[in-house]
Amino acid sequence: MEVTRKRVDGDAIRAQPAEPAASGMRVRQLKAQQMLRGELAGRDLEEFVEERLVFTKLETAQNWARKNCLFPLGFGLACCAIEMITVIGSPRNDLARFGAEAIRFTPRQADLLILSGRVSIKMAPIIRRLYDQMLEPKWVISMGACASSAGMFNNYAVVAGADKFLPIDVYVPGCPPRPEALIYGIMKLQDKIMGEPDMGWRERYQAEGTQEVPAGA
Amino acid sequence: MPDATGLELIAQRVRDTVGEEAVTGTSFFRGQATLEVAPDAVHSALAYLKQGDDEPWTNLMSVHGCDYLPEEPRFGVHYQLLSMERADRLNVKTRVGIDDPQLPSVVDLFPTADFQEREVYDMFGVIFDGHPDPRRILMPEDYEGFPQRRDFPMGGEPVLYTFNEDKYPRWYD
Repeated sequence: MEVTRKRVDGDAIRAQPAEPAASGMRVRQLKAQQMLRGELAGRDLEEFVEERLVFTKLETAQNWARKNCLFPLGFGLACCAIEMITVIGSPRNDLARFGAEAIRFTPRQADLLILSGRVSIKMAPIIRRLYDQMLEPKWVISMGACASSAGMFNNYAVVAGADKFLPIDVYVPGCPPRPEALIYGIMKLQDKIMGEPDMGWRERYQAEGTQEVPAGA
Repeated sequence: MPDATGLELIAQRVRDTVGEEAVTGTSFFRGQATLEVAPDAVHSALAYLKQGDDEPWTNLMSVHGCDYLPEEPRFGVHYQLLSMERADRLNVKTRVGIDDPQLPSVVDLFPTADFQEREVYDMFGVIFDGHPDPRRILMPEDYEGFPQRRDFPMGGEPVLYTFNEDKYPRWYD
């Protein structure tokens, strides 16, 4: 393979207009000084304030905070649990980048339930109880083929799809899913938290409180 | 495994001590020695093998159930014995029918049989008389039926593949 090297034209770089000496950081420092002394007034003062403030709705700010501090429940069901641990717990995948690495080992402090593995009919009521113990707002990710649809364990002992007894927000396919896939699922959930008001599943089921059926039905 | 001759000697000793009709047969297949015993003689035969035999079979390694559906009697229960002195294993098999699937429990001889007999009961519905805690062990306690029987439906939900897509039309509805 032929490699061509381009000579870097030092003169052209040097000829680019440098930032004016009194710009950037220094100007902002001086302006802040003036502001504190009370010397800033009129249009200057308005500009100063506009630069430093962000206006948003309370709900958006709340969702933003929720999205960036998901607390997954330390809970595994089967082989996918090992994969989940490598995503949540390992520095290689580093879920801390997305603010979801703090595992809570009690449902009272967690707000994300990752169903990692097949759900047997004996386990289903226990999972439902864990879910009911979690505080609002709460979200559920169904990780892998088994939790989503019984997968290869399509038999008498396994619930075909955990959405039969819990509302699920994000389904991650795979057997097991790649770590990237689970991270993508978590990011999709973050998008969902950010985009929707936190009543997501209640709207879907026209429900109130923790009941999934409308009160009248 | 004892060789074929050793197996016959064991069978004869069991016949002599437990009773002539206790042993229904022997088989020596692919190096595996199997003693077939009558269902009501299971406890006394295993008691003899554990306590009375010289170089006794002290360890019960496993208890299985098995369903040979077209055959009668239907259910097989297999006990696998290990003797550390002989460094040898022996299978003890018995068969019970669907009408009265009852066997004497061997928990008093081998405590390890506790969970394994519960599992055989859970999966095949073979009842072990004298078991201290005859509950289901794997399936929920209110589960109906014995799922490993061969006439038990597989369960689960139909899955759409290309070979059966006309069998389950509009399965997604």
